[in-house]
Amino acid sequence: MALLELDAVTADYGPIKALHGVSLKVEPGEIVALLGANGAGKTTTLRAISGTCNRGGRITFEGRSLRGVAAHDTARRGIGHVPEGRGTLVQLTVWDNLRMGAYTRTDKEKVSTDYDLIFGYFPILKERRDQHAGTLSGGEQQMLAIARALMARPRLLLLDEPSLGLAPLVVQSIFEIITSINADEGVAVLLVEQNASLALKIAHRAYLLETGTVAASGDARTMAADESIRRSYLGY
Amino acid sequence: MTFFLQQLVSGLAAGGAYASLALALVLIYSAMGLVNFAQGEFAMFATFIAWTLMVNLGVPYPLAFVLALGFAMLGAAAIERLIVRPFERGPQLGVVIVTLALLSITNGMAGFIWGYVPRAFPTPFPQNPVVIAGVYISIQDLGVIGVSLLVLGLIYILFNRTKLGLAMRTAALYPDSARLLGVSVGGMLAVGWGLASGVGAVSGILLAPSLFLEPNMMQQVIIYAFAAAVLGGIESPIGAVVGGLLLGVLLAMVGAYVQPLADLRLAVALLLIVVVLVVRPSGLLGQVHVRRV
Repeated sequence: MALLELDAVTADYGPIKALHGVSLKVEPGEIVALLGANGAGKTTTLRAISGTCNRGGRITFEGRSLRGVAAHDTARRGIGHVPEGRGTLVQLTVWDNLRMGAYTRTDKEKVSTDYDLIFGYFPILKERRDQHAGTLSGGEQQMLAIARALMARPRLLLLDEPSLGLAPLVVQSIFEIITSINADEGVAVLLVEQNASLALKIAHRAYLLETGTVAASGDARTMAADESIRRSYLGY
Repeated sequence: MTFFLQQLVSGLAAGGAYASLALALVLIYSAMGLVNFAQGEFAMFATFIAWTLMVNLGVPYPLAFVLALGFAMLGAAAIERLIVRPFERGPQLGVVIVTLALLSITNGMAGFIWGYVPRAFPTPFPQNPVVIAGVYISIQDLGVIGVSLLVLGLIYILFNRTKLGLAMRTAALYPDSARLLGVSVGGMLAVGWGLASGVGAVSGILLAPSLFLEPNMMQQVIIYAFAAAVLGGIESPIGAVVGGLLLGVLLAMVGAYVQPLADLRLAVALLLIVVVLVVRPSGLLGQVHVRRV
């Protein structure tokens, strides 16, 4: 059984339809990349899953429908959404950001060992623990956003443009961490990324969105080798 | 000097009660960006509940106090969920009008149930003063200061030391992120209304012995609370407390030393609001918002 399944999902912002029937699957433990040009509906697809926009169609997570499930309950079911722009709680400290990440958890002892686990992946956050999150650099805020989402122990992580506005070296280290989190913790990742070549390097499979529908899909290596995708999205 | 100190203590006592109601206003302002004009009436209604419990049903003071607070909190949370919530998606002015409607409905209901005759309200504190270094200080005043500071301290601990408080702050400041982290933002709003109403009820119960209990009891006090909240910074809980205490002392001093203005205390409070808004709109402890454009 797929971890997440979207079947003919639509979404709109008032009169503007953003998705016209997107169908995709994420298997447990997989990294799936969602590629496409600006306005193709990548961010909206993630928002439809997390319940933060008007949506239709069928979305199933761990075999249960998400129809009518509010955003905060979706999070409680095990979907961590790192939104576009990172959603940093800028006036709170790094530590309080992480505590909010663990808000839904009741297993106190496990939570405190998870802080150590997270600080292992992101040692810089430990150094910056008591700083206001707004004083962090862009890369550090992105790390914090991912760390905060992980504190909830999600089975699925939705990552929206983790590379946006960051220096290439920082992007590289964030992507390495995503790969190792996926491998070590078994968290499945649905990754929206403008930087298609980077995304295809770490993803197992990929979907290509065009104007609100899936235009192509397949194994990441096949997608990377595809002539038309290469020309349109990889730029070589 | 002794006269001055006596005025100072009674000013702080009144100020403590203003601070509680101001804090109630600040709690809702921080969560919703608007003031609940019915806050004073909620406090008055809860005070009547406490009065009924004590005088009609013979419930002892501490229990009546706690029950009235519980009533105020549950009642306000229910009002937020059932009456205010449907308007929250619309323009903010709509919600403001709803709070004005709640003001007149609550006031009218209290009049309908209990009438408009002012009633004496019991106090748990002894009436005779203590003498400290030659200064007569009313135990009632000291008790009011103590209870106010206790309540304000509890609220501070709730917001800064507990997970619920952290979630409430997150829901107020970053509703979108809060939802993604599993926080029910609507639920937090109801909790916020409940807390605000509880803190407001403390103010009503503490003031009732000196003001006498009647449906219009809080109508001046709410103006003082606005003045205190604006003085301290409408988004700053600590500011509300500082503002309330300062205002209480200021009004006591005006009443004592500037006799011609003694009957114009309300005007002094309103003047203070205007002056603060002109000179320092963010208040004494409020943060100036800098926005990139």
